[in-house]
Amino acid sequence: MRITQGCFSFLPDLTDEQITRQVQYCLGKGWAVNIEFTDDPHPRNNFWEMWGLPMFDLPDAAGVLMELNECRKVYGDRYIRMSAYDSSHGWESLRLSFIVNRPKDEPGFRLERHEAAGRNIRYTTTSYAADRPEGRRYG
Amino acid sequence: MDMDVPTTTDRVSLREELEAVGIEEILTQLDRELIGLKPVKTRIREIASLLLIERIRKRMGLTSGAPTLHMSFTGNPGTGKTTVALRIADILHRLGYVRRGQVVSVTRDELVGQYIGHTAPKTKEILKKAMGGVLFIDEAYYLYRPDNERDYGQEAIEILLQVMESQRDDLVVILAGYGDRMDKFFASNPGFRSRIAHHIDFPDYSDDELIDIAELMLREMNYKFTPEARAEFVRYIALRKNQPLFSNARSIRNALDRLRLRQANRLIADLDHVLTVDDIKSIEASDVRASRVFGKGGKSAEAD
Repeated sequence: MRITQGCFSFLPDLTDEQITRQVQYCLGKGWAVNIEFTDDPHPRNNFWEMWGLPMFDLPDAAGVLMELNECRKVYGDRYIRMSAYDSSHGWESLRLSFIVNRPKDEPGFRLERHEAAGRNIRYTTTSYAADRPEGRRYG
Repeated sequence: MDMDVPTTTDRVSLREELEAVGIEEILTQLDRELIGLKPVKTRIREIASLLLIERIRKRMGLTSGAPTLHMSFTGNPGTGKTTVALRIADILHRLGYVRRGQVVSVTRDELVGQYIGHTAPKTKEILKKAMGGVLFIDEAYYLYRPDNERDYGQEAIEILLQVMESQRDDLVVILAGYGDRMDKFFASNPGFRSRIAHHIDFPDYSDDELIDIAELMLREMNYKFTPEARAEFVRYIALRKNQPLFSNARSIRNALDRLRLRQANRLIADLDHVLTVDDIKSIEASDVRASRVFGKGGKSAEAD
């Protein structure tokens, strides 16, 4: 099951050229661009691992792409996303986030129903991938 | 989809193309503001022409791959290497060869780290900043220390070489340094020599060029020589040139700064005098003559 988180996730995967243009837009707006990766695709997993430092004082997106390719070399079997943080007053939050790399095989999620008192049901989603220990979840 | 269809044209007016880019303006500005440096200007003109033709070829659908434009500038101190690097970036940007046209000027300190594992991130950080523009490495020969085998400079060189090769479209690297030491540097790093397409040598300035430079600098600072002061300054240049540590235009600039100091001092000395604009602007022969270069005949170095 293809996970859909962040921008553009219902579109076909972005090409490097499309990623470059998105990153260039972010840099042009003065946002800090981050590269983050994880192998826990749960939608409530907010805190992904960061690759290097946020990049904000670059004039051109080629430098960010260079880092992304480095990250792909090491963590190409995991999810990698770009996020852009706007530090200007009043925003001080993420403005854009999109997935730029995903594992070849996405096993999807299991829905668990927990029967509580009085016929209530609580739902839990668990990624099948997360059954295995971290670092060995994909491939 | 429209954008992907290449718009090929059969005829291109060279003049229109030239005017559209605005390159001629930069080149004439270069001629006007940089005195001397004939071989440098010729080479820049050649590069500009090549890129212009390349642009037109692209529009006609005759692709031939972007030419390599990494350069090395060699020459004595104060011959204008940094100034030209800034101009080149502007030219390349106008011709669309580099996307942003910023110049990131670095020396060994900014590229090479202090301990194991420090160099690669540092060098990459600089490279990222320079992407889409020009990376100017001043005194590049310091990157390589032959006396120390475990010097981290070698690591920086390897990363640079790799990026110079694989990301030719993204940045232009310019290495600068004094002639003889750069030759040694290239001799011990053949990879660099072959990856650099343009080796440009900056000649020393002649006496006439130096006086032109001095007058240009003064004009920019809103000063001027009186005719006698100019004659004195011609003598000054001839004497200064034979002293040690003479560094061309940089020595001239330092000399002019000292002249301004002495002129200010002379003006302050006479408090009752009512000053005109002309007084404030003029540098007198006495200001020049007070220089130590005339007196001790060669003993003082950069001191005065």
